[in-house]
Formats: sequence, structure tokens, C-alpha cells
Amino acid sequence: MRYSGFSVFMQALNRHKGWKPTWRDAAPKPSYDVIIIGGGGHGLATAHYLAKVHGITNVAVIEKGWIGSGNAGRNTTIIRSNYLLPGNEAFYELSMKLWEGLEQDVNYNAMVSQRGVLNLCHTDAQRDAFARRGNSMRLHGADAELLDPEGVRKLVPFLNFDDARFPIKGGLFQPRGGTARHDAVVWGYAHAASERGVDIVQNCEVTGFLREGGRVVGIETSRGTIRANKIGMAVAGNSGRVAEMAGFRLPIESHVLQAFVSEAIKPMIPTVVTYGAGHFYISQSDKGGLVFGGDIDGYNSYAQRGNLPTVEDVCEGGMSLMPAIGRVRLLRSWGGIMDMSMDGSPIIDHSPVDGLYVNSGWCYGGFKATPASGFCFAHLIATGRMHETATAYRLDRFATGHVIDEKGVGARPNLH
Amino acid sequence: MHEFTYLGDAAYRRPDPQAPDALEAFVEAVHTRVNPAGIHEELWYHGSGCRSWLKVRRDTRTHEIHGASFANPETTR
Repeated sequence: MRYSGFSVFMQALNRHKGWKPTWRDAAPKPSYDVIIIGGGGHGLATAHYLAKVHGITNVAVIEKGWIGSGNAGRNTTIIRSNYLLPGNEAFYELSMKLWEGLEQDVNYNAMVSQRGVLNLCHTDAQRDAFARRGNSMRLHGADAELLDPEGVRKLVPFLNFDDARFPIKGGLFQPRGGTARHDAVVWGYAHAASERGVDIVQNCEVTGFLREGGRVVGIETSRGTIRANKIGMAVAGNSGRVAEMAGFRLPIESHVLQAFVSEAIKPMIPTVVTYGAGHFYISQSDKGGLVFGGDIDGYNSYAQRGNLPTVEDVCEGGMSLMPAIGRVRLLRSWGGIMDMSMDGSPIIDHSPVDGLYVNSGWCYGGFKATPASGFCFAHLIATGRMHETATAYRLDRFATGHVIDEKGVGARPNLH
Repeated sequence: MHEFTYLGDAAYRRPDPQAPDALEAFVEAVHTRVNPAGIHEELWYHGSGCRSWLKVRRDTRTHEIHGASFANPETTR
């Protein structure tokens, strides 16, 4: 089914009785050319680009729950490409460009909204660092504007500008950044992949790997054995569990990150705002709710549920930055499990086991990377080589010393 | 500032720098994690309490704590 303004009009005449499911819920076949483990944004994007760019359509996406039930539905929906280091910025800018063409590409309304992303600075040193990062972004073809306090005031006049401890000294603004409707991204990729013949298999949990001569040749699942010559894992949050089944370990710890949404209020926040003195980021959904988050809880967890000290910490950050939201009531909070890698950057590479490819370590920046992650992972699976923007995301970089540590805190995953 | 501060897996041991496989052993010790979904032995610092390092057995799937003891000096880094 193809979505268009015309199809909406025609369905309206027919009282919307003719809509078909967006994508096909498949039963697993005995074998495929490629299996992708993980039906989140990254896994489905990988399947889409495998089919579209590389013509590989005999693909299954295996999901243990329902698609988008993990981190794809648990983030704060921010998209941006405001990184500093060369290994990262080209990749995230590719992702930003793919976001810009996503809805036409997958023929689905993902509500991609380029409302801008504003990082605030509170000291002169921080402003210098922002100038440097902005220059790095521009060198990679991204957009960046260094704003003075007046420029920030024009954009978001309701902030706590003249705070004695953390006055707002300016900000780094990326106008092309913004938000996207995270569930619609999942459904859009599922729609496009399914249209090209990809099987999306839900409620199918991987329980082990089939091996022949040291190679992985298939998977054991709760819905039977499925064979394939190439298997990609895109299971961030659970990468350690799947890697253990395959017999190797990763430079990753699983941590819980909480996110929050308030009751709906009238339009107030026109862009994505991030606090530079605490860890707090906020935007307003089209429905009116304030969507915000902060740091990870900081201890190993697979619980998909956080604890109250972090809730307090995040809300204190929010109150410090914009006291006006103090009377807004919290509607919901939830937790997602992050693959926290040892340098804060992801891994897209061959695994130590032949036939198995790894896409993991997204820390809490996985959502914005969804298109490029799928694009580069599909490239790796189809060609056996890294995509040119993802050459730095090697698994062996921790041994060779070529780590990509944006924050510079070393192998302390709970600090990235 | 919270009462407890988390360090991580209590299984860390500093490898012998004189060993022939010291390089691999250090890469393994610094970067690779078991990252279990289940019981995890980990180090916590009781900063605004007894100011001791504790070894805590905790289930990472439920956050349930199954026991704690003072960390042996050799297990702290």
C-alpha cells in the first residue's frame, strides 16, 4: 500500500474502511539470506537498506517482543549531528541527511521536525569548546551557529538567564536538528522493508546460535530453527546477552536510562534545549507534553525501570534551567536499557565469530543514529566492508587505542 | 550527591604487567565486561555513610540486593 494525500482523500470518501496493515507480520521460514536479530529502529532500518540499496530482500527481522518495544520507543526522540570527533561527525551527519529524506524514502510520515537543537553554555570555557565543536561540525558539512545570550533569549526567552551560579552565556544551535516521532520511524522502516519482501517476525526470541565449522549458520529461536549465512545483531541493551550465546564478550555494560513526559500544555518550547550545567534535555511534543531526560542511573541494569534519585536529579536540572515548568505535572516515566560502551561510541563491525555481525554500543545516542546505523550496517553485511563514514566504529579499537571518546572519561561506561 | 557511588564489576583484577600476554590481559581487564543479566557482584562506595567500599550482590534484572560485605582491600582499585 502506498500512502499519499490522494490515498487519504480516497479513504475518507470510503469512511477509512479500506486501510490495510502497514506491514506484514510474518511467520519464520526455515532459511533466509540474512537474518537481523532485533526489530527496533536499527534492525528494521538495516533490513530496509539491505533491500533497497543492496537488493537483498530474502531477509528476516527477528524480534523477541513486538517491533519498537525496546529503546526505539523509550527515547526522547531527538535527532542531531552535533559531534566533535572526526570518527563520529561524518557518520551522524550522514544520519541527519537520511532523516531529511526519510519520509519520502520509506513512504511514511515519521513527523520529522527540524525545529533545531540548542546546547546552552554557562562559562567562557564551555563557549570556547562549543566554538570548536561548531567548527568541526561545519567542516563536516553540518550546520552550526554560535549564539550569544541575546540570540538565545530571542529563541527561548523563558530560561533562567541570570542565575548567579549558572548564567547562560550563549549556545550552540543546530537548526537542522530536531525531533521525530519514534514509533513512526519504526513503523515506517517496517512498512518499507515489508513492501520489498522482508519478513518481520515478532514474538520470536533468539535462544542460541547454530554453528558449522566455527561459523554461525543460523539461530535457534522460540519459534524454531532459522538458517542464514549472514546474521546481524542489532539488539542494543541486550548485546551482552546475545554475544554470550555466540561465545564472545563485548566492551559494553548495560545501564538504565530514564525518560519523562509531562501533561500536555500549550506550545511553549519551540526547539530542543539542552542544559550545559547539569544533564538535562527537553523538547515539546506535538501533543503538547514536555519530553525530557537526563543522566543514566549509573549502575548495571537490565530492569527497564530506574530509581527515584535520578528522577530527582533530572527534575532539579529542569527546575534550575526553566523554573516555569515547576507546576507542570509529570505524566509518565520509563526506562530503557542502554549499551554503554567503554568510550561512549558505537560498534558496527564483524564479530569474532564468522557469519555474525555486530551493531551495538549506542550508549544513549542510538535514536538519532537510526538511519545511518541501518545504512552502514547493511553496507557491512552486504559487502563485508565498513561504510566510509563508519570506519572508526571497529570492535578492535579498544585494543589498538583508537577509541572515540567524545567526553574524555575513559573506560567508565557509567560516566559517558 | 547521593549516599552511594557506583564503581562497577567487583571481578576486576589488575593483570600482571610482566606476564607475556600482559597486553591482551590489560585490554580484557580494562575494556571487556561480563555484563550479566542476573546476579552481579559490584563495588559501591558508601560516601555519606561509613565511607567504606562495599561488595554488593545485586540482581541486574530486578535491582534486588542479595547481600553486601566490606570489600577486601585487594579488590578496590
